[in-house]
Amino acid sequence: MQKKSLIEKLHDLQDSHHQTNHLSKEEVVKLCEQDSTPLSQAYGVATFYTMFSVKPRGRHIIRICENQSCHMADAVQVVDELKKYLGIEFGETSSDGLFTLEHSSCLGMCSIAPCMMIDEHPYGNLTPSKAIEIVQKMKAGV
Amino acid sequence: MKIYRIHALICAGGQCITAGGDSFEEALKHAIKEKGLEDEIQVVETGCMGACEKGPMMVVYPEGVLYVHLKPSDAQEIVSEHFLKGRPIQRLMWKEADGNFPTLDQVPFFAHQTKIVLRNCGMIDSESIEEYIARDGYAALAKVLSSMKPNQVVEEIKKSGLRGRGGAGFPTGLKWEFTARENSEMKYIVTNADEGDPGAYMDRSVIEGDPHTIIEGMAIAAYAVGATQGYIYCRAEYPIAIKRLHIALRKAKQVGLLGKNILGSDFSFDLEIRIGAGAFVCGEETALLNSIEGKRGEPNVKPPYPSSKGLYGKPTVINNVETFANVPFIILEGAEKFRKIGTESNPGTKVFSLAGKVITTGLIEVPLGISLRRIIYDIGGGIPDGKKFKGALMGGPSGGVVPASKLDTPIDFESLNEIGSMMGSGGLIVMDEDSCMVDIAKYFLKFTVDESCGKCTPCREGTRQMLTILERITSGSGKESDLNELECLAETIKLTSLCGLGQSAPNPVLSTIRWFRDEYEAHIREHKCIANVCVMKAPKSEVKKRAKKITH
Repeated sequence: MQKKSLIEKLHDLQDSHHQTNHLSKEEVVKLCEQDSTPLSQAYGVATFYTMFSVKPRGRHIIRICENQSCHMADAVQVVDELKKYLGIEFGETSSDGLFTLEHSSCLGMCSIAPCMMIDEHPYGNLTPSKAIEIVQKMKAGV
Repeated sequence: MKIYRIHALICAGGQCITAGGDSFEEALKHAIKEKGLEDEIQVVETGCMGACEKGPMMVVYPEGVLYVHLKPSDAQEIVSEHFLKGRPIQRLMWKEADGNFPTLDQVPFFAHQTKIVLRNCGMIDSESIEEYIARDGYAALAKVLSSMKPNQVVEEIKKSGLRGRGGAGFPTGLKWEFTARENSEMKYIVTNADEGDPGAYMDRSVIEGDPHTIIEGMAIAAYAVGATQGYIYCRAEYPIAIKRLHIALRKAKQVGLLGKNILGSDFSFDLEIRIGAGAFVCGEETALLNSIEGKRGEPNVKPPYPSSKGLYGKPTVINNVETFANVPFIILEGAEKFRKIGTESNPGTKVFSLAGKVITTGLIEVPLGISLRRIIYDIGGGIPDGKKFKGALMGGPSGGVVPASKLDTPIDFESLNEIGSMMGSGGLIVMDEDSCMVDIAKYFLKFTVDESCGKCTPCREGTRQMLTILERITSGSGKESDLNELECLAETIKLTSLCGLGQSAPNPVLSTIRWFRDEYEAHIREHKCIANVCVMKAPKSEVKKRAKKITH
């Protein structure tokens, strides 16, 4: 077993913040001190990958795809309605702190487009109403 | 071993689960228990069966009855009518246009396929190493360890003519030979499972459906080149695939098929999984290796190639998921048999993920050299709603479009390059008359702009400029000089970008201009989108004319 890479350590750190899904500065600084890694390097890695965030995000991350297959299956309507329902744009968090809306380049579920993933759960064959229903159910379950 | 009267194979591929397969399975198991049939009926979760559009799917043996679009509420009826009384429920079965209810081997969607890579997908429980072994799994590894020298393995792969299935089509045997020749104490084997092309999900399905075949292929490669450590780099967007990989790895280690002195030989090989964090560019091999090391996933200048200076600066074989999945078959059945499938310069099969405007979307495997027409019409069942075929996108954001006039082009690396398209990793998106080609090109460019890592200027700035022009054209403000400017920029970006992402980014634009120039011209000159997709604002002169009319 080789020692964990910086990316894996950042994954671990971020995963420990269930409520905010982000990398806290204090913890990254501490990690860098422990490993003698320059902070600039950790910051460089954290901001390069879309799944890391140095700013607090919502409790749940909604990743939605608007690419080719999804685009052809009217993903844009799903996205628009979801934005309206949550009252946010891409990269923003809903006022109740529950959802952050993010773009995904492709979730690899093109046969059941349009699709999205909330945290680790994929959803396909979406319509605007189905997408909102899924979000509503999650909201009720929290 | 327990004998069951009925085997119910439920597809647990990502797309079937997402479509509700997991709740159907739960309901079915519950219904079986209620009737006390647990000892007679075995429910098996398999990997992707292929016909994703029909999901959730289930095949019931011994008959091979094919159930599609299943809902939890159907479970009770299936158990009481079919499982108890032997009366399959036609309402839920796969129905052909002629009204027949074919069994699995009779459905055209499956009957026209040739399966090497997907040989186990949809057939076995992907979380069971025993079921993989029962289908000759790890027999190829045993064969190389007991009866072949490393250079014989390299020779066999060279003889097979296997070419990299990630898209570039580089001969796999040569790649292995380069690394085998290197003199180094440490060598690595890496699987590129950072599938990211929009429209492509072959690798995800193979990992979800048959993870052990990747492990076996990698172990054989390690033996052939003298490597002792391997990594599978999988994108974080595929949680189900990652979970099944972890299970497979743990089981292979438990039974001694990974680790020290495998099968009592001197050969030792260990394997770890590395997860990405959301960066398309990491599919480029040098960027991927940087990412495994924990760095930003930016590509390096080649040469040196990974075969001599790869992971941690050591000689590294890096192959795609599908490439490794071919290896056990070649070793076990022989290069000769592999070469009988496909064509002379393109032996074997290719897996495609069929998406877009085609009746049966899903995962398919076909012999190379087959025509696109056969894929779309014989396997996919044609275009839905009686619409007309317009083009097929191959190779994702690096590829191009195949127009209707080229439907009979054989699917191989060279023929597709000639018509300005590309084999790519296997994403195949079918478009009908309702798709606008300029809009499609714009979407791919948007993707590249988002995913460009920013390291080199032509890719970072050039694609952005191209996108600006495309946005202008699709909003009705295009200029006569725009096409020329697009082509000029495209050439520069292709020639001067650092890695494959930039070098191939202009392809969708060039290819759509080549085959659908009239559509671009209609957007620019007549401010008209033939497919009625782009929202065009009327040109200034028209607005003035209209205003005049109103005032008069």
